[in-house]
Amino acid sequence: MGKRKRRTSKEQGTTEDMAYFTQQLINAITLGAIYGLIAIGYTMVYGIIGMINFAHGEVFMIGAFISLIGFVICSMLGIGSAPVAILLVLLIAMAFSAVYGWAIERAAYRPLRGSFRLAPLISAIGVSIALQNYVQLVQGARPKPGGQIVSGGFNLFSLDGFDVRISWLQIIIVLVTIVLMAGFTWLIAKTPLGRRQRACEQDMKMASLLGVDVDRTISFTFVLGAALAAVAGMLFLMYYGVIDFFIGFLAGIKAFTAAVLGGIGSLPGAMLGGLLIGLIEVFWAAYFSSEYKDVAAFAVLVLVLIFRPSGLLGKPEIEKV
Amino acid sequence: MNGTAPLIEVEHLTMRFGGLIAVDDVSFIGRPQEITAIIGPNGAGKTTVFNCITGFYRPTVGRLLMRGDRDYLLERMLGHEIGQRARVARTFQNIRLFPAMTVLENLLVAQHNKLMLASGYSVFGLLGLKRYRAAEEAAIALARAWLERIDLVAAADRPAGELPYGAQRRLEIARAMCTEPRLLCLDEPAAGLNPRESAELNQLLVSIRDRDGIGVLLIEHDMSVVMNISNHVVVLDYGRKIAEGAPAEIQRDPAVIRAYLGTDDEAIDG
Amino acid sequence: MDPRLPRMLKDAALTVLVAAALGIFIVGFRTVDVGSRTGLSFDYHFVDLGVALIVIFFGRLGLSLAATGLRWPAIALGIAMIAAGASPMKLPSGFLHWFVTLGGVLLVIRAIWPWADQAIVAAARTPTGRVIDQIGTRWLGWLLLGLAIVMPFTPFADQKTMDLGVLILTYVMLGWGLNIVVGLAGLLDLGYVAFYAVGAYTYALLSTQHGLGFWVVLPLAGMLAASFGVLLGFPVLRLRGDYLAIVTLGFGEIIRLVILNWFDLTNGPAGIGSIPGPTLFGAVFAETAPPGKQTVSEMLGIPFHGIHRLIFLYYIILLLALITNIFTQRMRRLPVGRAWEALREDETACKALGINPTNTKLTAFAVGAMFAGFAGSYFAAKQRFISPESFTFIESAIILAIVVLGGMGSQIGVVLAAVLLIGLPEWFRDLGNYRMLAFGIAMVLIMVFRPRGLIGHREPSIRLHPVAPHPVKSGGSG
Ligand SMILES: Nc1ncnc2c1ncn2[C@@H]1O[C@H](COP(=O)(O)OP(=O)(O)OP(=O)(O)O)[C@@H](O)[C@H]1O
Ligand SMILES: [Mg+2]
Repeated sequence: MGKRKRRTSKEQGTTEDMAYFTQQLINAITLGAIYGLIAIGYTMVYGIIGMINFAHGEVFMIGAFISLIGFVICSMLGIGSAPVAILLVLLIAMAFSAVYGWAIERAAYRPLRGSFRLAPLISAIGVSIALQNYVQLVQGARPKPGGQIVSGGFNLFSLDGFDVRISWLQIIIVLVTIVLMAGFTWLIAKTPLGRRQRACEQDMKMASLLGVDVDRTISFTFVLGAALAAVAGMLFLMYYGVIDFFIGFLAGIKAFTAAVLGGIGSLPGAMLGGLLIGLIEVFWAAYFSSEYKDVAAFAVLVLVLIFRPSGLLGKPEIEKV
Repeated sequence: MNGTAPLIEVEHLTMRFGGLIAVDDVSFIGRPQEITAIIGPNGAGKTTVFNCITGFYRPTVGRLLMRGDRDYLLERMLGHEIGQRARVARTFQNIRLFPAMTVLENLLVAQHNKLMLASGYSVFGLLGLKRYRAAEEAAIALARAWLERIDLVAAADRPAGELPYGAQRRLEIARAMCTEPRLLCLDEPAAGLNPRESAELNQLLVSIRDRDGIGVLLIEHDMSVVMNISNHVVVLDYGRKIAEGAPAEIQRDPAVIRAYLGTDDEAIDG
Repeated sequence: MDPRLPRMLKDAALTVLVAAALGIFIVGFRTVDVGSRTGLSFDYHFVDLGVALIVIFFGRLGLSLAATGLRWPAIALGIAMIAAGASPMKLPSGFLHWFVTLGGVLLVIRAIWPWADQAIVAAARTPTGRVIDQIGTRWLGWLLLGLAIVMPFTPFADQKTMDLGVLILTYVMLGWGLNIVVGLAGLLDLGYVAFYAVGAYTYALLSTQHGLGFWVVLPLAGMLAASFGVLLGFPVLRLRGDYLAIVTLGFGEIIRLVILNWFDLTNGPAGIGSIPGPTLFGAVFAETAPPGKQTVSEMLGIPFHGIHRLIFLYYIILLLALITNIFTQRMRRLPVGRAWEALREDETACKALGINPTNTKLTAFAVGAMFAGFAGSYFAAKQRFISPESFTFIESAIILAIVVLGGMGSQIGVVLAAVLLIGLPEWFRDLGNYRMLAFGIAMVLIMVFRPRGLIGHREPSIRLHPVAPHPVKSGGSG
């Protein structure tokens, strides 16, 4: 999966190691940004209704597909300018994936409030399986090449002939992520919608007594999470250039790991967790073995849940009895 | 006042949740064959005291000494060990039965550790050995005896969740008693009962104290119950113990009247 | 003209709008690889989308009609949909035929449901109804068992049916095994297939490399899988239910990835082949025996036939499944089984009663894993070739779907669900492609409409009053 440069012979010394390390760091941050965007969806939904939205990875996958289709349409319409195309596709993917987020909550989760403990999770697994196979049926099982929308980059610096490169794409990915995060933080902190969202997160019963429309707020949470996942999908498509109906499974689990690592329920935690998972994955692949990089991610998930289930930035909760 | 030797000694118990001090340096003693009532307004920290005693919360500060076949420091024990070894049983403020299981099954689950041993950790049980069958029959007999005391024999094979509310309250007490405890902690057992059920409950509690001879800690809002059946009363307010003594003394205590009952003297003449 | 009609029409229109937004890109533009440098072009599917939207409009309208009690119009609409789907009228794709027909069927069911429910309840109250209900609850299991035993001797028992029978029974066994974990103990295990894989690889490796036979390895595989269960379960079983689910999923994937990448041991993605099949008292099922062995046909003095091996395999899995079932039924009546169910109901209350939750969960986890290990061993011996592909998350999901659909904790329910979920798609090959899609949707629908599964009835593990009055409750739950 990774865009890694092969490590050449060992003798060339520490400067090259340094350069290699920096290069990996850049790659890791890019990947981490994508995971972070998906992780926000997990964390917000968990924060408000305490369920793991197992289907969230699938929304990310659908966002990637809508982006792919959007880019092809753009090129058919002759929209040559990359920034215009990206912006257009971004908006389309966010809007239409948000509908998925909304519809999933409405159809598969809302009727289950007050059902038994595991019901929402089982339903979410059902949604996940159904969406994966739906996309496989209508779009085919083969991997889809996305083409290159943005190419090129520049050398950051050179050390003993080893170039440390940043591609424009990586810059775009990080920039888009930062801008969206800022906008999103503002939305949650400053707008009435965000205030209602936080109120429900704190105490849903109380919020509803105070006149907050809980159903609407929960829908809003799903819509936001799905829109961010769609952005992640678009960035993933641009970064790796290939997608298929199955990408949501792995990316979803990694992003969930990120959310748990950062402290589920905490928004900065999701971003931090995303970055850490990106780092772990890229560096594991770079220095140990790329075959086991997914094992590393799963192992982190297991270890965090066992030893620090409240994550890095989350508050430990004592169950009230 | 100082009748028998203490059963449980709560010393300097403090429980903090972040900035909130739910229980603040509370000490009291519970004795066998006595009902010790813990009263106080909503949010005073009564349930939190129970949660510390039964191992659901780890106290921030304090010592919880439980006497039995030996001395147990409850604050150092895991939740399930407190029931199993120190033999402290409890009920919950919101009833927590096993709703899909039958009434009888609820009472058998309470005898789990005893039966597990008799079934040779399932091996003898799987082989259908006599030894296990005898133990199971004894367990059923104990359950039946309790069903008779709470008047639920006829409902034994119904799912516990289908029982009326008052019956569920009684069943939860019987289930706790089936663990054969030394100390029984009851969290508002009379909540939501009608006057007739409440009177029956009082009788049951008195019989548990006198016939079974164990110690009872009782959280209760209904002052008539407290005045009628408790031997000793501990009053909490904002996590602190503000008074302690015999029911009659508490009834007259000005601090209690001020904090717990407002200034309205009428309310305590239950 | 009903005054509620405009609102229903508006509602249906809104649903169509949402569906259109969902479908316009993903369904409308099918990306196809044309091989040029630019990559992709489109196959347009707007006609399919349009037809689907029309169906959705009428489907939603029908549901609203049924919900407001306008039963007959709803039924008419449903029948019209069935007719349209089954008619030779050419729809743009085969899927749409299914979509329309199934939509119609569901609509009709929904429309007559309240009435059917009442009728069933009423019928169950009559004397004959009671008898049938008794047969249903008491004798259905025995009936199915009898059928399963005589099946190989019936005229239908050709290669294909036997294969299917073996497949269904394998899933029944896996479902019963997982039912201990999910249905009884209430632990959502999403990595169940990992233990299946452990069993399968144990047999594959021990038989191909050390020449051990199936019957020797079978208990070993079960024990190894159970040990894995304990090993994995110990650190994680303290976790809350949903975290546990994700961690087990993680473990499942870790084991699969290790199998995939540990070439020296497992031969990686290429898998392990030429695994010997099970023997009957040392005799092999083959036309000619390897040196020093005997073939079964020689031993029994009957002419060789390929189906014999299949029949033998069929009875092995039937036996293994029955062992799983009987073991589970016995465990349920023991203290540990009751503690499992109590844990599922309320873990906090269990702790207050002095029950050690971690140990209790661990036994459930280990016992479940053990049966998966048996089944895995059997799978390797039957298939004679295994590779990591057989042990993906999807497999866990299928087993879970069987348990959920059957009604968590119900043994007969698992059988019915396995026949429904595994058997039907195999019979109607057409459905094969849509199988997983249907699984997913079925899981959601079950959770929404019938969270206790097809068979929601729970039989007490013990009774105080032997002949308790057995009140007949709502129709489907008997
Ligand atoms: N797990 C917890 N986390 C945070 N705060 C808690 C927790 N458990 C209890 N508290 C707080 O501690 C305080 C005391 O609660 P507690 O339930 O002990 O009161 P109580 O006396 O039982 O009241 P009531 O009569 O309403 O049952 C309350 O302010 C409550 O919000
Ligand atoms: Mg309380």
